[in-house]
Amino acid sequence: MATMRTLVQPVDHAAELGRAGANVTGGGSALLHLAGRHPLGLLGLVIVVVFVLVAAFAPLLATYDPLATNAAASLAQPGGQHMLGADFMGRDLWSRIIYGARISLAVGIASTVLGCVIGAAVGLVSGYWGGWVDLVVQRVNDVLQALPLLVLALVMAASLGPSLANTIIAISIPVVPHVARVIRASTLSVREMPFVEAARAEGMGELQIALRHVLPNTLAPVIVLSTAQLGSAILTEASLSFLGLGIPEPYPSWGRMLSESAAEYVRTAPWLVIFPGLAISLVIFGTNLLGDAVRDILDPRERS
Amino acid sequence: MPAYIARRFMLMLLTLFGMSVLIFVLLRLMPGNVADILFDASGFIDPAERARIEEELGLDQPVVTQYVQWIGALLCGDLGFSYVSERPAIEEILPRIPVTAQLAAWSLLFSVVLGVPLGVISAVRQNTGLDYALRLVSLSGLSLPSFWLGLLILMAFVQWFGFIPIYSETPATLWDGFLMFALPAAAVGFRSSALIMRLTRSSMLEVLRQDFIRTARAKGATEQAVNYRHALRNAVLPVVTIIGIEAAFLIGGLIVTETVFNIPGLARFLVEAILWRDYPIVQNLVMLIAVVVVVVNFLVDMLYAVLDPRIRYSD
Amino acid sequence: MPGETATLPALPEGAARAGPPVLEVEGLSTWFFTRRGIVRAVDDVSFALAEGETLAIVGESGCGKSITALSILGLVPSPPGRIVGGAVRLRGTDLLRVDEEAMRRVRGNEISMIFQEPMTSLNPVLTIGAQIEEALTLHQTALSRAEVRARAVEMLQLVRIPEPERRAKEYPHQLSGGMRQRAMIAMALSCNPRVLIADEPTTALDVTIQAQILELILDLQRRLGTAVILITHDLGVVAETAQRVIVMYAGRKVEEAEVVALFEQPLHPYTRGLMGSIPHLVDENTERLAEIPGMVPALNALPPGCAFAPRCTMATERCHAEMPPYREWQPGHYSACWYAEALMQHGAVP
Repeated sequence: MATMRTLVQPVDHAAELGRAGANVTGGGSALLHLAGRHPLGLLGLVIVVVFVLVAAFAPLLATYDPLATNAAASLAQPGGQHMLGADFMGRDLWSRIIYGARISLAVGIASTVLGCVIGAAVGLVSGYWGGWVDLVVQRVNDVLQALPLLVLALVMAASLGPSLANTIIAISIPVVPHVARVIRASTLSVREMPFVEAARAEGMGELQIALRHVLPNTLAPVIVLSTAQLGSAILTEASLSFLGLGIPEPYPSWGRMLSESAAEYVRTAPWLVIFPGLAISLVIFGTNLLGDAVRDILDPRERS
Repeated sequence: MPAYIARRFMLMLLTLFGMSVLIFVLLRLMPGNVADILFDASGFIDPAERARIEEELGLDQPVVTQYVQWIGALLCGDLGFSYVSERPAIEEILPRIPVTAQLAAWSLLFSVVLGVPLGVISAVRQNTGLDYALRLVSLSGLSLPSFWLGLLILMAFVQWFGFIPIYSETPATLWDGFLMFALPAAAVGFRSSALIMRLTRSSMLEVLRQDFIRTARAKGATEQAVNYRHALRNAVLPVVTIIGIEAAFLIGGLIVTETVFNIPGLARFLVEAILWRDYPIVQNLVMLIAVVVVVVNFLVDMLYAVLDPRIRYSD
Repeated sequence: MPGETATLPALPEGAARAGPPVLEVEGLSTWFFTRRGIVRAVDDVSFALAEGETLAIVGESGCGKSITALSILGLVPSPPGRIVGGAVRLRGTDLLRVDEEAMRRVRGNEISMIFQEPMTSLNPVLTIGAQIEEALTLHQTALSRAEVRARAVEMLQLVRIPEPERRAKEYPHQLSGGMRQRAMIAMALSCNPRVLIADEPTTALDVTIQAQILELILDLQRRLGTAVILITHDLGVVAETAQRVIVMYAGRKVEEAEVVALFEQPLHPYTRGLMGSIPHLVDENTERLAEIPGMVPALNALPPGCAFAPRCTMATERCHAEMPPYREWQPGHYSACWYAEALMQHGAVP
């Protein structure tokens, strides 16, 4: 079907400029502007912040002790005393989800940070010193990245044994090669820049140069990567706990809540399936939105 | 092209070697050894008995020898012995392979059939309402844990049809046979489809910026020809690579989904073996998964070489 | 060479330079609406192209010459670009006011365009033959598949590619840069268009190949009677190939004349500046490439007066304040400069 061309129609200049994002009206702070241009990212940030606040103020928001069992309230439906219902052992779902936020977010953030720190160190060393160290690290990286994420985490968790700390370590391991690769690439390019030469000429030690000059300039892609990895870490923790190999009792974990209810309660107590899963999905959705926006802002390739 | 194939092949072997070392090392990280675990339950540790077991398992040998023995056995097709069922591991593993293979195939099909067209549409209608809607859908696909999606699908199914499709080796009807794979495949495939959709979209957008698209338009080609004959033919190349990588990550989804739907596949078996501390099985199963992943990636590389004339006809 | 009387390329037999122009551009204005304001990439540009004529459009990068070409074919990325005014008449029909379907029938058929980078301008996953055949299939619907294929090979032969049947089955990456450009030309001329727009066709090629490609374009033009709009930043190319030339700066025309007249007596300081930067190989003291100091102004923040004034050695207060009118100073020779008259005394650039 032929489409009418819109050439040479009186063009509303202001409208066109507005569409392009020109500051037609003027004023407004830069940050607000940034938020305005990435509404989804703002939404993601809001979601994440809400969850963080919920986790931080858990004792204030929970209505029951998340670990307290109550046979009388077993499988209570949502409403009344138990806002979101109760599980088989009579534990209040709302409170468990609130406290679960603490655990899931803490583990997710901790493992992402740990993975990023180790990955950054490895990438920096590998990129800066080069040579056979770089070669070995790169090969190990390739191998680590070749194994599916969950399998790697599973094996780590299995080897190390069930505990909170071990779960954090197990989830951080798959993050390391991704971060290392990115930091290594950044380091390689920053290493050649003139200000590094200048620093060396001034007699700065190699370690100092690496830490003070090279590292800060490699951080932008890591920020992008870490926001993406956060969602992945939270998902991995949920999966591990769901399989029974993640966060152990007695800590409440959304993933493990889902496994405890699993197929048997699909018919009889759907709230046990809906709410924990909804919590996981929402928080990952938030981190994904945020991650996308961060990437759009920081990644020079994406900028027009 | 022969040089390309040879290089990729060598890389594959190297990666396999690296992975075997990695797996071997990881599973020896745990404190104590298999013998300890075996005796854990009984609580009674007879040193002589234990020494005998250790010798039987070859645990008294130096680590490198153990590694070599393991690889040697693998290459001869000897997958070891299950401690839990006390049968050769291969008897446990073999029957489970077709189950997981079928589920994986259906999931991949689902994700490609859903992901690629939606990605193209999203790119061609960039920044329209449809694009935003599709992007939100794909984002939620990435955010939903596949086991939760599986549970939700089960819930919906129960709500509408009143029963849960149970996996069986001999399904009653063709429809049953289809259902028992379709539901879990949808659960696993949805996440993959979201990824593929996003990648197809960005690949298409990248290609649509290229000069030859402008040339095609300057020739008077229709928008449809531009989008499909010119853009998609080029955009599909990186997507093929991604599908290969996705095949690897599919396993994570398979692991949890087989658990939710109670399907006796390899992926779920891995978890069971880990929970039962059946370490020889775990080691070989993970190695098997690694081999599958690496080989699939290699095959995808080959497919890429065939599809991209720049590689097929490289002199 | 500038200063000498340039020999004009031979015209096709019986080609009337008088007679209705095949393409008329009137007051074309293409603006880009960006975050940083309105960029007037093409501002009130007009010209006429006679049948079989070669018109060169010259200017530095960013002066709007490519956008002019894209506007003629309706290929300006929109958003953010919009054609805000003017008319483009192909044998009487205003292309800016036809629907997309009609425009598609024009592209590649009556007006063709070839681009600067032959490697990236050809689809890497289709054979050369297939890409030429596509142009034919789109427009010459009467031909059978076999005829289309034969004609594609014919075209490759026409552009002097050896072993055309073999080459037709090859992919772009298997051909050299010069051959790719020839293939592009073959593709563009396959439907015998009335106008060929060549946007810097030789800039990305080796110096030795450049001359061959230009010569090929001229030869084909003679044989097929195609009018050519040659876009370039290289005045040397203009001297060798064109009959008339338009000089553009910051989206506007600053000078227009027949080639001989332009080189004999450039009537705009910018043109003189461009000529000063043609390297001379005449004597031992080879002159340095004289560049025009300064940079092209940002097209979203143009000065009120002459756009070239900030870089002009002759600029006065008046130049900065008032936009000079574009008028005819000698028959067929136009310029937009307050001091064109003064320049008339100067003659050619040495």
